[in-house]
Amino acid sequence: MENFVEILFGLGDKLTAHIVLAASAIGLGIAVALPLAVWASRSQTVNRIALGFASLVQTIPALALLALFFPILLSLRGVFGEGLPTLGFLPALLALALYALLPILRNAVTAQANLDPGVLEAADGVGMTSWQKLRLVEAPLSAPFVMAGIRTASVWTIGAATLSTTIGQPSLGDPIFAGLQTQNWALVLAGCFASAALALIVDMLLGLIERGLAARKFKQWGGGMLAVALGILAALAFQFGDDWFGEEREEGDLGPIIIASKQFSEQYILAQLIGAQLEKAGYEVEYRDGLGSAVVHSAVASSNIDVSVDYTGTIWTNNLKRTDNPGREVMYETIRNWEQEENGVRVLGRLGFENAYAFAMREDRAAELGVTSLGDLVPVAGDLTVGGDPEFFERPEWIAVRDAYGLEFGGNRNFSPTFMYNALRSGEADVISAYTSDGRIAADRLIVLDDPQEALPSYDAMLMMSPRIAGEEEIANALRPLLDAISVEAMRKANFAVDREGEGKLSPKDAAAALAEEIGL
Amino acid sequence: MTSPDPSATVLAFEQVERRYGDAGEVVAVGGVDCAIAKGSFVALVGASGSGKSTLLKMVNTLVMPSGGRVLFGGEDVITLNQSQLRRRVGYVFQGIGLFPHFSVGENIGIGPRLAGEALPAERIEELLTLVELGPEMATRMPDELSGGQRQRVGVARALAGDPELLLMDEPFGALDPITRDALGEKVRELHERLGLTTIMVTHDMAEALLLADRVLVMDAGELLADCTPRQLLMGEGGEIAQSLVSVPRQQAEKLAAMEGRLA
Repeated sequence: MENFVEILFGLGDKLTAHIVLAASAIGLGIAVALPLAVWASRSQTVNRIALGFASLVQTIPALALLALFFPILLSLRGVFGEGLPTLGFLPALLALALYALLPILRNAVTAQANLDPGVLEAADGVGMTSWQKLRLVEAPLSAPFVMAGIRTASVWTIGAATLSTTIGQPSLGDPIFAGLQTQNWALVLAGCFASAALALIVDMLLGLIERGLAARKFKQWGGGMLAVALGILAALAFQFGDDWFGEEREEGDLGPIIIASKQFSEQYILAQLIGAQLEKAGYEVEYRDGLGSAVVHSAVASSNIDVSVDYTGTIWTNNLKRTDNPGREVMYETIRNWEQEENGVRVLGRLGFENAYAFAMREDRAAELGVTSLGDLVPVAGDLTVGGDPEFFERPEWIAVRDAYGLEFGGNRNFSPTFMYNALRSGEADVISAYTSDGRIAADRLIVLDDPQEALPSYDAMLMMSPRIAGEEEIANALRPLLDAISVEAMRKANFAVDREGEGKLSPKDAAAALAEEIGL
Repeated sequence: MTSPDPSATVLAFEQVERRYGDAGEVVAVGGVDCAIAKGSFVALVGASGSGKSTLLKMVNTLVMPSGGRVLFGGEDVITLNQSQLRRRVGYVFQGIGLFPHFSVGENIGIGPRLAGEALPAERIEELLTLVELGPEMATRMPDELSGGQRQRVGVARALAGDPELLLMDEPFGALDPITRDALGEKVRELHERLGLTTIMVTHDMAEALLLADRVLVMDAGELLADCTPRQLLMGEGGEIAQSLVSVPRQQAEKLAAMEGRLA
């Protein structure tokens, strides 16, 4: 577990980002919930609407709520201008603050409803104005209950903040997501441990404040608040200290080049490979790992990130909304022009390999059923279960294949990419939607089924540059050695090194270094 | 001892009404006319739901009249600044309503504090003495006090702002009989000593007869009788008033008979 401890101590910047995000979200939640609770205690209508809305928000999975803020903020750019960030801190803050609303609001409203009516009548009777009544009577008497709500909200928010990784906000979710994708359990454990420890410490401190308020012990709740404030200040200083005390950035300096990766090993490796190339050329780089697949393209187009690797088939169906298959070269050229004209994104070139969707089976199982192509599956599909990644069965590729061959499987199941192969091995799925560059195809002795009708489009990996850096020829030159340099075999090997378990398992960074050596960089 | 001065009217009800419901179909108080002279101790007696509490609360606008006028010192109460009005009127009620997060001293001083004036410790001590509590009580918290002590603090709080009028809504309702009796006597004594004008709502006719010098009997939102205790005991005030008077009278007679038998 030496590895675990080492990772844990390396999480400082993720921890501070996590604290700053969670504290801001809870702060915003409190700032909205408390006035709303006061209003709700004076109006039945507001009470019903506010609590109804907060409960509704709570039913939306946190992951979906975070992702939803991307299109919402994108559409708000019409109002607030192009400078409005759509990824990272702002959407994470808004989604988490919404999530924090319910417990604070509900506790505050309940506390108000349960105040002794005699005390409230006395407050009116002695001539308090409604503001004096709120300040002198209702607020102090409700405080312990409100604090209990804030405590619940804080624990939730600290947990849910790990999900903000998927929209490009650094947090303790980074090691968790990276670890899940690359089967690095020490990384997952370190992220979970840090986030749980943070939640427990915050819960303890807020509990201290809550009891101090209930017992009207100023020293106790004051001390608790001071501790919380110092913790947040320390995190802020750690995160922004460089900006405050560091040197001013010079005119024309690009600042760090931000490299994105989606949530699978190949993307982590390629991000590291790109990062190493840029660092070699003297650029400062930052990584936004584990972004949601749908988010990456928009993030590049809006220059929230600068470099990404995307795939022709993905852009073709998701962004160009095309369902036809004009062939590999036409697709690539069409996308290149479209990106240039529509988004100002520069497609620098192709890396040389494809990571296409393909259907894979275990060799022995395929032989047993006599299957070598998708067409062979048709008569036996009714008895088989097909596994796909979470988006696969919504994708046009699946619909195209299904309709082209008339495939009807006995059952569909979703797995995260990592677990898909385990499912195939354990027999929980008979056929999976594999990726052609996946190292496990060879390692697990899988066969990729032929596609005689060419229903599946090509998925050439492309190097994308955001509008912000599209004109930077030095960057382009630094990245050019990667173009047409990575064969599918080389990519599979690197992917497998990260995905495998036991001996020979590499971190994405080491795998990237090995890949660089192999392709002669 | 100050006696009621009929020429100086502190408070007047003019056709005061309080109706509830969309069409005003529920009548809590239906057209009360009455004038309260300075220095009088008036008891407002009636069964539950007779409208006596509602009528009282319209004085300091805890309940707003839906018709007619309540004149305090000649001015319609709804035209007065609500907070200022309430600070001119001491208010004691069954719920007591001490602020649990304030000490006894802070509770007593709250009215003047709202007016922007901190009550000096000597004045708090003086008020505590008035209600027969020791000065050490000032630093106690309300939950350390007995029920009787709390209501004494409630009375001291009502008196802290030198009110022109003292309103009491079932002030002794939650107290045990001995405490109740002692506190009743105390309030009557303070009424004399401080020259107060007092209106006390109670459902207990015996309490009204013993403490007040004028008894108003209400039923179903109407003022049925307006008599002195003596007049009521002489059989005046009508049937409903007499049925209320008969309860303590019969109790007293039965007790006297039992004593006779024992003797």
